[in-house]
Amino acid sequence: MNTTTQPDVSTLSFEQAVEELERIVSALERGDVALDKSIEIYERGEALKKHCEALLKAAEDRIEKIRLDRAGKPQGVEPLDAD
Amino acid sequence: MCWPSAKGAVKEAMASFFDSDSPSNLTEYSVSELSGSIKRTVEQAFDQVRVRGEISGYRGPHSSGHAYFALKDDRARIDAVIWKGTFSRLRFRPEEGMEVIATGKVTTFPGSSKYQIVIESMEPAGAGALMALLEERKRKLAAEGLFDAGRKRPLPYMPKVIGVVTSPTGAVIRDILHRIADRFPVHVVVWPVRVQGDGSGDEVAAAIRGFNAIEPGGAMARPDVLIVARGGGSLEDLWGFNDEAVVRAAAASEIPLISAVGHETDWTLIDYAADQRAPTPTGAAEMAVPVKADLEAAISGLSARLKAAVGRQMDNRRQAVRSLARALPSLDQLLALPRRRFDEAALGLGRGLQMNTANKRRQFERVSTELRADLLKGKLSDRRQRIADFMNRAERIVERQVHRGEARVSAADAALRTLPSRLLGQIHRATDRVAGLAARSDAAVRADVRRLRSVIVAQDRILQSLSYRNVLQRGFALVRDAEGGPVRQAAAVTAGMALSLEFADGRVSAIAGEGSGEPVPQPPTPRKKQSKSPEPSGETPKQGTLF
Repeated sequence: MNTTTQPDVSTLSFEQAVEELERIVSALERGDVALDKSIEIYERGEALKKHCEALLKAAEDRIEKIRLDRAGKPQGVEPLDAD
Repeated sequence: MCWPSAKGAVKEAMASFFDSDSPSNLTEYSVSELSGSIKRTVEQAFDQVRVRGEISGYRGPHSSGHAYFALKDDRARIDAVIWKGTFSRLRFRPEEGMEVIATGKVTTFPGSSKYQIVIESMEPAGAGALMALLEERKRKLAAEGLFDAGRKRPLPYMPKVIGVVTSPTGAVIRDILHRIADRFPVHVVVWPVRVQGDGSGDEVAAAIRGFNAIEPGGAMARPDVLIVARGGGSLEDLWGFNDEAVVRAAAASEIPLISAVGHETDWTLIDYAADQRAPTPTGAAEMAVPVKADLEAAISGLSARLKAAVGRQMDNRRQAVRSLARALPSLDQLLALPRRRFDEAALGLGRGLQMNTANKRRQFERVSTELRADLLKGKLSDRRQRIADFMNRAERIVERQVHRGEARVSAADAALRTLPSRLLGQIHRATDRVAGLAARSDAAVRADVRRLRSVIVAQDRILQSLSYRNVLQRGFALVRDAEGGPVRQAAAVTAGMALSLEFADGRVSAIAGEGSGEPVPQPPTPRKKQSKSPEPSGETPKQGTLF
């Protein structure tokens, strides 16, 4: 559940998402959140967690090398085999 | 020492030169022969020399790839050249004013007979000299603010693309890739450069600028962070990373840049301009990416804490509700106090009644002991006496009432006896009044009739005087038309029109003649004297019948 005051979870960077998730967790752990609010922020926490996991999963494992022409200008990329 | 031998060679050559001819018959050489001879001599004598001097007039390699400059000290200078092939093997880049030790051979060109040293290898004249140069350059660039802490930008926490500027082969790129793969496999783009030798600085600078030139969202991935890396080496090996162009490119890079050049103890100028300096290429990889497993663990830890916390929240609240519910008194408890009061009161009610009854009984017993027959007797005779007194008084009152009644009856009786005569008198008086009133009424009516009659007579007289008939009496006639309407004007009469003439004594029909004026002579109807109409005379008796 997204409240209008908070930015959409999907626009957050990993760091921002983790930071907010930490805030939510510690607020809930302190236990000073109103009941209905606690449900709401719990749901946002879940969404943040999903977003973080998606960001982690999205990382692309790819290694490329810039291909240069004679003038030293990049022409494109090709796979790099470093070993 | 080659100098003595060289001198000897020259002497030898000179000797042969002079031996061939007497002063008078000197052998004649062509210039080419002489130059060639000198060249041979010089090259033989200075085939391998090592010379220390300061680079002067250095303008970088010529377009051909060769470099021409001079070496000098405080008293002399010698032209120097580094051929293209040698130049690319130099471990550092020559610079103006740099003190170097060059190894090579001296040669001349027969074309101009100038001699020069062809340098085959060259190195800075001791680390001190290079260090001094480095310090000087560092001071200059620092003065421009390129190393300011305010210019440093934070590295992205989780880069999607990492650009690496280094040699595509060798341990450095392998270490970086391995470490990145271990921590957080992401997209790595390598910009291959030479990391050593002349021109390496330019390549590194071009690579940094090239990465920055990649448009976001273009065909090539624009890195979120750059690593400029090279393995360890001597000061000369790393010299390319002290290149001013490299430092400027690193400082100008919009993409955050990590430098990892040489070992931890090796500082190059790019390290000062970079946003972060890593001690090793591996260290740079660690700075560039977080450990994915750690992040995942942190996320799942947070997730677990989130669930636990919200669960605990619910438990706490449930607990709170439960204990509050417990604290809420039961209905029995709530009613206990009033009930107890009620019970006590109810109990007291019975007891109170008994006590009250007992009290009353005691009171009654106390009173009843005083209740004796003689007491009652005394009271009775007392009452009897009072009753007798009442009786006497009542009798007297009744007697008085009777006497008063008898007197009122006899008085009424006497009054009744006189009543007929009183009534008779009243009747007489009434009869007299009626007779009087009748007489007065008659008189009044008669007087009224008289008065009214005289009024009528007077009115009639006035009426008679106003009637047109009176005019007729005076000899006038009233002309009427056929319909009986009066004709007032001669113009209204046409010839032959039927008319009626009314005189005082009756009506005559007439026909209007032609013209106007005098009537045709015809014996006019003699005007009869109208006697008084019998009608008015007949009115009076009629009126009399009204009364």
